Amino acid sequence: MLVHILDPVLIVALALNFVALGVSRIRAVITAVALQGMLLGVLPLLVHPGIGVRGIVLVVVTIAIKGFVIPAFLARAMREANIQHEVTPVLSYMSSLLLGAVGTALALVFSYTLPLADEHSDLLLVPASLATVWSGFLILTTRKKAIMQVLGYLILENGIYLFGLLLLEAMPFLVEIGILLDLFTGVFVMGIIIHHISREFSSTSTEHLAELKE
Amino acid sequence: MVLLLILFPLAMAALTYAVPSDRARPWLLPVGALAQLALVGVTVFAPRGEVSAVGDWLLLDALGKVVLSFITLLFFLCSLYAPGYLALRADRPNRIFCASLFISLSTMSLVVLSRHLGLMWVAMEATTLISAPSIYFNHNSRSLEATWKYLLIGSVGIALALFGSFFLAYSSLKAGLESTLLFDQLISHAPQLSAPWLHAAFVLLFIGYGTKMGLAPMHTWKPDAYGEAPGIVGTLLAGGVTSCAFVAILRIYQICRAGAEAEFAREIMIFMGLLSMAVAAVFMVRQRDFKRMLAYSSVEHMGILILGVGIGGAALYGALLHLINNGLTKGVLFLSAGNIHRAYGSKLTDDVSGAIRRVPVSGALFLAGFLAITGSPPFGPFISEFTIVNAAIGSGQFLAGGLFLLLLGVVFIGMGATVLAVVQGEPVEAKQPNGFRDGLSTCAPIVLLLALVLLLGLYIPPPLEGLLREAAAFLEVKR
Repeated sequence: MLVHILDPVLIVALALNFVALGVSRIRAVITAVALQGMLLGVLPLLVHPGIGVRGIVLVVVTIAIKGFVIPAFLARAMREANIQHEVTPVLSYMSSLLLGAVGTALALVFSYTLPLADEHSDLLLVPASLATVWSGFLILTTRKKAIMQVLGYLILENGIYLFGLLLLEAMPFLVEIGILLDLFTGVFVMGIIIHHISREFSSTSTEHLAELKE
Repeated sequence: MVLLLILFPLAMAALTYAVPSDRARPWLLPVGALAQLALVGVTVFAPRGEVSAVGDWLLLDALGKVVLSFITLLFFLCSLYAPGYLALRADRPNRIFCASLFISLSTMSLVVLSRHLGLMWVAMEATTLISAPSIYFNHNSRSLEATWKYLLIGSVGIALALFGSFFLAYSSLKAGLESTLLFDQLISHAPQLSAPWLHAAFVLLFIGYGTKMGLAPMHTWKPDAYGEAPGIVGTLLAGGVTSCAFVAILRIYQICRAGAEAEFAREIMIFMGLLSMAVAAVFMVRQRDFKRMLAYSSVEHMGILILGVGIGGAALYGALLHLINNGLTKGVLFLSAGNIHRAYGSKLTDDVSGAIRRVPVSGALFLAGFLAITGSPPFGPFISEFTIVNAAIGSGQFLAGGLFLLLLGVVFIGMGATVLAVVQGEPVEAKQPNGFRDGLSTCAPIVLLLALVLLLGLYIPPPLEGLLREAAAFLEVKR
């Protein structure tokens, strides 16, 4: 069983949440999200060692999309728009980190109140999943650059994916592929929009997108 | 047959995309929509009861019959408006616009037909993505902003719905049941599902699909998207996509109900329904942008639908009827508002007044649509709203019923001020006069929509009545 190295991997994935929460260089956040995606991609092998050919395909596809395709896409969008930093987040980096930490602690507490099936009871997967969803949500709502918001969305998706691992054996193939497809198309469409934003305003800050208000 | 309902619009989308002429293409919309309407009619009123396909994954059940017929009818009526509208918009290519309308018809049908939690989720996500190009139809910075908000908030909602779906699956795994995401099995296993997971799943799914429906406080994409999108897209979003999300919520509610957690779900729904109405009422008072006002009206009516389900009993029937009434009336409002917008080149009450003289037909339709949507007799929404209030009082839920009436009153006053400012007064000249006049192609579809709204207020045809009763019974049944 490879389960004993599962927890350290999850802790690294959680640490990457804090990297994403605490830095302003977009390049660094893209790298963190790519690394997290790759780590998550490997996880099915640790949770369900005997997943067979279908599982291997899923692992390879996940790593390719989460670890390489999407980050490359975002890095290109970043170069095209010529921006390196998130300049004025709604929430300072210190407060983001603090809120992230509080959320992670609450996730740990909350997941104890949820009854887990016996075979999952000593896994960190559920709290890690909740904490990652929270971090993603935080980035999504408090950053102004469109690329950063997409990165937040990706982290949120990663959190949901973590929970999906518990169901890997029980869920049909179509749903899993649906998740990956939607992840890809979602980011693909957002990528197109980012391209339009940068063409329209020559910067991908959603601050320009403030005409529509009450 | 059921599969055909999804594949035919896709084929039409491909055909539409292949047609080279921007002028000829829009005519495929009414043609394809009419064919789809016939297909749906044949399927819904087929003598054999429920029709299924692809194992148990697709099924046209009683709820599906109501919503699918309604969405297809609304799409057809909108498609009648499309050629006239797109002829006025000859400045913009419409290839992607027309094709994505057909694809969205297909994905909306898929949402309604899905009997599998995962499949329904995939279809809902596809509906979100495919609507984005049509919102961005005008290709200016404002529509770009609207599209961005729509995609981002919509995707987060859909992500949360996926999270909730996982929770629901886990609740059956925890109970030691064979893990399944088919609704029929979930409903029959519901009493054994693990309650804490079921609660958490309901909350996440409700927030997730509620975002797509545009319930407050997750409604913030709505004024922007509806305000900037062409009227025809606004109608399809407000009547079609939101109905799909409502179906998704009803499916989840059905599982909760079967699991004896109905009280938990209903309390949340009553609260969220009233909250949506209240938020909408606040933003509708002194609203200067009449298309954004319509978006808030949509928030309000989504609240009414959810409130109706929360109240339960006869209100459930009222909510289903209101789904149809609201969708059709929104068609009247969005399309006539689109005409007024075109005539004045502005959608702010500062620049628009005297619409009833500048564009008499559209102005009158807009006014009639306002009276209908605020629940004035003899229009359809009056009947459905009355049914809901009646059920609330009848079942002793005086607080919910009282607040419902109060909020309806506030909305009437708030919305009335804006609508009257648009319709009455001396007509002002547009900043850039464009000579737009009411024409047959841009008015006849709206008259048709209004006629249906009026009909539903005076007389509900027995086949429709039967479908609605069946659907309400289907949702209430304990399996």
